[in-house]
Formats: sequence, C-alpha cells, structure tokens
Amino acid sequence: MLIPEPVQRLIDALSRLPGVGPKTASRLTFYLLRGSEDLAHELSEAMGDLKANTGYCEQCFNITSADRTLCEICAHPKREASVLCVVEEPLDVLALERTAGFEGHYHVLHGVLSPIEGVGPEDIKIAELLERVQEVDIKEVIIATNPSMEGDATAMYLRQHLLPLGVRVTRLARGLPVGGDLEYADQNTLLRALDGRQEMG
Amino acid sequence: MPRQPRSFRVEAVILKHSDFGEADRLLSIFTRQRGKLRAIAKGARKMRSRKAGHIEPFTHVSLQLATGRNLYIVTQAEAIDTFSSLREDLVRVGYASYVVEILDKFTYDEEENAPLFRLLIKTLSRLSQDHEPELVVRYYDIRLLDLLGFRPELHKCVVSEAEIKPEDQFFSAALGGVVSPQHGKALEGAVPISIEALKYLRHFQRSSYKDATRAKIAPQVQRELEIVMQHYVTYLLERGLNTPSFLRRVRREREES
Repeated sequence: MLIPEPVQRLIDALSRLPGVGPKTASRLTFYLLRGSEDLAHELSEAMGDLKANTGYCEQCFNITSADRTLCEICAHPKREASVLCVVEEPLDVLALERTAGFEGHYHVLHGVLSPIEGVGPEDIKIAELLERVQEVDIKEVIIATNPSMEGDATAMYLRQHLLPLGVRVTRLARGLPVGGDLEYADQNTLLRALDGRQEMG
Repeated sequence: MPRQPRSFRVEAVILKHSDFGEADRLLSIFTRQRGKLRAIAKGARKMRSRKAGHIEPFTHVSLQLATGRNLYIVTQAEAIDTFSSLREDLVRVGYASYVVEILDKFTYDEEENAPLFRLLIKTLSRLSQDHEPELVVRYYDIRLLDLLGFRPELHKCVVSEAEIKPEDQFFSAALGGVVSPQHGKALEGAVPISIEALKYLRHFQRSSYKDATRAKIAPQVQRELEIVMQHYVTYLLERGLNTPSFLRRVRREREES
C-alpha cells in the first residue's frame, strides 16, 4: 500500500464530489494533512453537522436548521404569506433573496418534471404545494422554475392544477439579460421579449 | 479512431441535456453527419450564455463542435427551428419526449444514420404542427424500426410462414412479427392483436406519411397499437421507456379537466 488507508479514504470520498477529480482530491487531502489541526477539525465538525443539524421547513421545504419546524422566511412576521414563489431548488431561494425584491413566501419543489428522465409529479413537492394553496389563503402563486424545457413543463403542469383552485398564477418574465447583446439572442427569447415589452413613461 | 478535424460543423437535434460542472450542460445530440454524439456546452446555464436558448431539447440546430479530450465541445450554436410549440403544451412535450427518448435508447454513439435524422426532423415538425400526435408517433415507430433493422413481419406467420388470414392474430416480440391464432395461443410471450390494428401497422409500413394520415383510427385501436408497439420496443431495448407513463398521465388529466 503506497498511500496509508486513512489518507486514501479521504481522497476517495472527496473525489465523489461534483467537479472534483482524483487529482484535486489528492491535493486537498494532502493540504489538510500538512496544514493546521484546526482546519481539519473545523471541516469534520461542519460536515457532521450538515446532515445531523439540518432539516426541511414543514411549510415551504426550504432547508433550515433541525431545531425549527419553520424556516426563517416562513416564520418572519413581516413577510406576505399570501404570495408564494415556487422554485426548483433551495439555491434558487438564495438567488431571489439576494435581489431583496420579493417579500412573500416560497415553496421549494426539490426537482423539476422531466418526462425523459422519468421524473413525474409525484417525485417532487407538487402535491404539497396544491395542498398548501387549498389550506392557506393564497392570492398569487409566482412560478419561478428555470426557463428550460423541464422548467416550462413543470410550470404548465402547475398552472393546470392551480387555476381551478381560484388562485392567480403568474410566471417570471423572460427576455433579454442585463448586459446582453440582441445579435446573440435566440428566436424564442427575442419573441418573448417582444411580447413582454413594457410601456416607457 | 479515424483522424478527425479539430473543429467541424454538424446539423443536429438536441435529445437531452443535463447539468454538468459549475455552469455547463452535457448534451446528447443526434447529428445528420455523425449520428449520436455527446457534447459539452460550456457556460450554458449562465443567464448571459449566447448558446443556452439554441440548445434546448427538441431544437433543430446548427452546431460548431470542437474535439475535446473525451467529449465534443460546442463552440457555436444557431437554432434552425426551435419547434417552440412543442414546449407550450404538456401533451406535446410528452410526445416529443417520447420521440427523442426512443431514438436515444435505440442508437449508439457515432453511428451515422442520415435517413433516421430526416425522420426525426420530420416527426418533430409534424408534432409541432396540428397533426394527430398518436398517428405521428405510431408512424414514427414503424419507420424507426425499419431504419434500425427491426422491421416486424406483418404478412406471414413467423412460426409457420403461412399467409395471415383476415382474422384476429397474435404478435410475438421475440420472433419479430405476427403469429397466426393456431400457433399464437400456445406461444409464450405472444400478445393478441386485432385484425384492425394489424391492418394499420401494415398500412404504416408500406405507405408514405401523407397516405398514412388519411387513416381515421378509432380510439380503442389507437390504444391497442400503442400497447403492441410498446411491448415490441420494450422487448428490443430490454428495458422500459420513461415517457409513456408521463404521457398517459398528462393525457388523462387533460381529458378530466
């Protein structure tokens, strides 16, 4: 055995992470081996906590710490509970929160419909969303799934099931990105941007 | 491996995409020139990507590819036809997904099949217009099987080689064709097929699409054709397809609402 077992174990584990190959994994491992005791301890503690001390918000399924049933956003007294923003992943909540432009609540689907990959409505948190809309007084559901084929399919599915519940259903606008160039826009995006043009003045 | 140029242009249809690395997309594409390939579109998940809108599934696209170490790299993309109406209706999404899934599962990387490429483009185009989708995909099934060398025998009993009489028959996926009732009853794995369904399959096999679309198929025969074809395809692929259950669900919910 060229490399001692504890070292090899960490290399193997690290190289299973996305974007990390065997070379990067070895470099990280040997850095930790040589570096100060603190970093290795801090990392191992943080990783242990990651699974043990987190859970999902009972209402919106965003990630939250394990000691609470509602996440900070759902528990916040000043946020508008009657407007829901539906996103694919917890990271999308972060992206929207960074804008500081949305004051409502969220609903995290944890995935997106994909007929080809065999991901159906029962595989993501759609039933929970429909239930939530029926139980709580909700005025508007903003669908913020990605503007991809799967995101669109999910949006259409949600629309079909939300409209009969008598709630306003909207979708994030799509159009030209900030700093973009018309010349490189695809037909779909340009058409949508034209359709969704806005009055100036 | 034959020597290939570092960079070349292909005409392709995007079959699948999946997230790859930080902001890249891994594409499965079917090209006119080189059959199925896998290619990386770097940065395609970034909002400001110039490529992203051109490489969504079902898009007919012109791509400039560079030969990377393991995979091809998309350097330019320009949509020829986005078939955008395929993405605006859930049932059509289901049918288009079926079309690309079955092609993806039947083909191997780097195996050129230009007629199959033409069939794919035509089928997606038909689905994006107002053609009867059930008919479009059943015609596609039959043509695809032809082009891949799995043409089912529909005129002679595959057990006795006797001419098929105009009565209800059986279909054996393992033997690749129709079996007369006399031999079919006892044959393991043979499924019943009505004479109406069989006539439509024969009609699709010998006719142009234009002639095939003249057929007005009763809903229960449509269901039967779907079941028989799915049975045959599942046998050939040795695994099930993902899209039929999605398709059944969205169709059912459409009818209910």
